[in-house]
Amino acid sequence: MIEPRLKIATCSLAGCFGCHMSLLDLDERLFDLAERVELDRSPLTDIKELGECDVGLIEGGVCNAENVHVLMEFRARCKILVAIGACALNGGVPAMRNQYDLKECLEESYVRGMGLVNAQIPSDPEIPLLLNKVHPIHEVVKIDYSLPGCPPSADTIWTFINELLSGQAIVLSYRQIHYD
Amino acid sequence: MSDEQSFTLDGRRIPFQNGQTVMQAALEAGVYIPHLCFNPEFTPHGSCRVCLVKVNNRMQAACTTPAADGQTVQSETEELREIRRGILQMLFVEGNHVCPACEKSGACQLQAVAYYTGMLAPHFKHFYPRRPVDASHPEAVIDFNRCILCELCVRASRDVDGKNIFAVEGRGIQAHLVVNTPSGQLGATGFSLHDKAAQVCPTGSILTKHRGYDIPIGQRLYDRKPINVVGDVAQLPDRQGGRRHD
Repeated sequence: MIEPRLKIATCSLAGCFGCHMSLLDLDERLFDLAERVELDRSPLTDIKELGECDVGLIEGGVCNAENVHVLMEFRARCKILVAIGACALNGGVPAMRNQYDLKECLEESYVRGMGLVNAQIPSDPEIPLLLNKVHPIHEVVKIDYSLPGCPPSADTIWTFINELLSGQAIVLSYRQIHYD
Repeated sequence: MSDEQSFTLDGRRIPFQNGQTVMQAALEAGVYIPHLCFNPEFTPHGSCRVCLVKVNNRMQAACTTPAADGQTVQSETEELREIRRGILQMLFVEGNHVCPACEKSGACQLQAVAYYTGMLAPHFKHFYPRRPVDASHPEAVIDFNRCILCELCVRASRDVDGKNIFAVEGRGIQAHLVVNTPSGQLGATGFSLHDKAAQVCPTGSILTKHRGYDIPIGQRLYDRKPINVVGDVAQLPDRQGGRRHD
């Protein structure tokens, strides 16, 4: 009997897709991975609806209402939720805007920005509303594992996925843990 | 039996002389106990609590506990590692430690000690305090976002440089580092890169201008080897990627 493949979903919230690039950096190991897991919703599959999954990998913190919605959906549908990268863990570079009021940030970009014509702060209802502050994801939902790094290296991600899939305790070597 | 006084640290015999602390004796014997506000050149401060050990089953800061003959000291136990991780996590969420955007990343003692204790995530709710950056000095920058109040710059400037440039103002959660001038600006002081105070910061709070990326990320002090092997950034010379220049 062929064992059912584990279902993995991924998403990038307030991140830069760098962690997803690091995942792609697995190179030929991706073939091995593809035999063992099935990708559900992910920027790599373009599946829009999240199904019931075994593992959810979250890149990025939460900076707007849509991020919160997606994150809570991932928590509800994934048995194991993993925070990947500095932004998911502590807000990262996007959270540097927490030093300013949201109004100041928006005005700096959309009102005082250079070369603007008819400068105005966007208010289209289709654009998710920004939160007052950027938050790491553990402040919104329970997180089962955290992988630091900006981004975590492909080796770190590989060690993690491998050990998780084989049911071992996850042990990262010194060089696989870094915050930058 | 020898007259030499000693205690045991994680089962290992550590000799000491009268007046030495547990930390000083361990350091001399080449055994690493994680620390941040401790620097062997200064009077112990006992404020960061990262060097917490169990001395005869009581939690004590290794840097302020006098060594005594026959003591049993535990350091590398999972219980203590977990407490240290908790202390470090609190230090991280209390300030704004954005490692990917920090010039000191890779040669930062706060980061290195957190790697050593296996801290993966900050765990607590972030404070995101609003703190200034002072770039008024021609050669140095102070980024108050990264200050952990170890007071090493305060002690170095007062006790070694004789300039008394830094101080900590306020109490409890209000405590913060200040520069002793009416304007509060570093540029208005006699601060120099040759000062001891410029060499002791365990984080990226006090930085040298124009040299931020002389050593690329990935080739820095703690990028490949842990702090118990490499040593403290304040004790290593400039040419080895440390902060010290005598």
